[in-house]
Amino acid sequence: MKVLTARRVAAVLATLSLLLAAALLLGLASGPSGLDASEVARALAGGGASDAAADIVLRIRLPRVVLAALVGAALAVAGVLFQALLRNPLADPYILGVSGGAALGGILVLAGGSALGLSYAAVPFAAFAGSLVTLALLYTVGGRGSRLDPTTLLLTGVVFNAFASAAIVFAASLAGLVEGARIFLWLIGNLSALRGDVTAAVAAFLLVGLACAIPLARGLNLLVLGEESAAQLGVDVRRLRRVILVGTSLMVGAAVAAAGLVGFVGLIVPHVLRLALGPDHRLLVPASALAGAAFLVLCDTAARTLLPGRELPVGAITALAGGPLFLVLLRRQRARIFAP
Amino acid sequence: MSAARGSLLFTDVALRFGPHEVLRGVTLDLAPGEVLGLVGRNGAGKTTLIRVATRVLRPERGSVELAGRPLEAWPRRELARAVAVVPQQILVPFPFTVAEVVLMGRAPHQPLLGFDSPADVAIAARALDRLGIAHLADRSVLGLSGGERQLALVARALVQEADLLLLDEPTAFLDLEHRLAVLELVRERSREGKSALVVSHDLALAARFCDRIAILAQGRVLAAGPPRDVLDPPRLREAFGIEADVLLAPDGAPIVVPHRTAR
Repeated sequence: MKVLTARRVAAVLATLSLLLAAALLLGLASGPSGLDASEVARALAGGGASDAAADIVLRIRLPRVVLAALVGAALAVAGVLFQALLRNPLADPYILGVSGGAALGGILVLAGGSALGLSYAAVPFAAFAGSLVTLALLYTVGGRGSRLDPTTLLLTGVVFNAFASAAIVFAASLAGLVEGARIFLWLIGNLSALRGDVTAAVAAFLLVGLACAIPLARGLNLLVLGEESAAQLGVDVRRLRRVILVGTSLMVGAAVAAAGLVGFVGLIVPHVLRLALGPDHRLLVPASALAGAAFLVLCDTAARTLLPGRELPVGAITALAGGPLFLVLLRRQRARIFAP
Repeated sequence: MSAARGSLLFTDVALRFGPHEVLRGVTLDLAPGEVLGLVGRNGAGKTTLIRVATRVLRPERGSVELAGRPLEAWPRRELARAVAVVPQQILVPFPFTVAEVVLMGRAPHQPLLGFDSPADVAIAARALDRLGIAHLADRSVLGLSGGERQLALVARALVQEADLLLLDEPTAFLDLEHRLAVLELVRERSREGKSALVVSHDLALAARFCDRIAILAQGRVLAAGPPRDVLDPPRLREAFGIEADVLLAPDGAPIVVPHRTAR
């Protein structure tokens, strides 16, 4: 009988940590002015690198790869939590429209905020509120009691996403906020418009969200067998659901405030990990954090370097990979639901 | 109080879903070590009663006592160590293995963080063995037949090591051999003083394996007592709307044989 052991968890997490470290190094070394690993290492160690190299590594690339890692971790873990809560492998903050709601919250504060004396630092909080409101909406429209019908839920998410995108463009135009291109980048998700004034809030939100998620792992396993079953095994289902909703809203709000609408990370990463490692959340949650971080760092590095002299939004890369995967999963799920 | 371990008492329990009164004053008791069969037509309130007994649903009226203590007074995890449920079926959306699902039954005994102890694993292995599904341990539950999945759920309930087992049609998907195996297991636990409430549509098996049978009809207990006293044609007519002969097996257990309805 194969059973999850502390040793296996440690081995997997160590491997994924190495992968993340490698991704971070690659991200630090890649860019218009290519640096080799030794220069990156010297710059990080604080001596021996040329001033220019140190400047590029520490001031330009390091904040960006760190942010990419945080956003990737947040989206992947939020995906895992949504999938357990809704008992549906298709759940993802972007597909459910939760990211869209967070972005709308952020934009509304940006558009109306100057009149109220709010700065950009308020955006993560507004995005958090936007996530929570969207989740409440999903439960109201897609739910019967505490149960959610998967089809209604996905439809609601898609429609809400379209609505949120339109509202974002509308609000931004109305406020004469920024030129269209910036809004376009926010809508598709990118890490280039880095704002130093939100990094601290973003990091704090992510860490709180992750800290919420790790002790939930056993409860998540039980929740996957159904809320009634979980309750009969001693889980406080209502409290678990509340913690999940607040934790995911924190993570999604932070990710959106930092990078806009980066889609499908929460779908791709947990899916691949579940295939490789199994569905036990005691392993899946921390593994998703590390793998999600590495995944988005690599995607962002690709976005910065694929086209010479030009940058792609990272959201375009994740969506190009995630869209087809979503369709494959949807087809498989339909087959399972409708099979006798 | 320890003498009452595994005892369950419903007193005048009533519950409605919207305008529909599902339970209308159910009074029923289960003694330690007793095996009580619960029968009745679809929608009679059998599953609802199990949900009430595990506090998934709260009655609007009446009270439930477990081991002499009001159900509301039980801390959540302690309750899960005292009562185990075998549900009709569950939908598992992710590929957990049989061993993983069975080990989930250990959750009420385990700390919040951490892994399954060697003792937990040994308990799970014994349960799998006892139900003859040890060979399925590392298989995904998604690939199992309905019967195999049901046995896995019985194993999960066993490892909870609860004094009271609530089985909701535990044998619906099982072949005859495995029906007997599950019910034999329930009898074996009964000899150790552990009680069970068995919801079943198989009246013959219920009559043979249960100490008493309670017939639930329209949200009330129509009759409760030894199978021979309870299963008679008038009651079957009232509870199930059928005409039936009740024969006696050589050992005295009643056998219900429905008539064909002439149309």
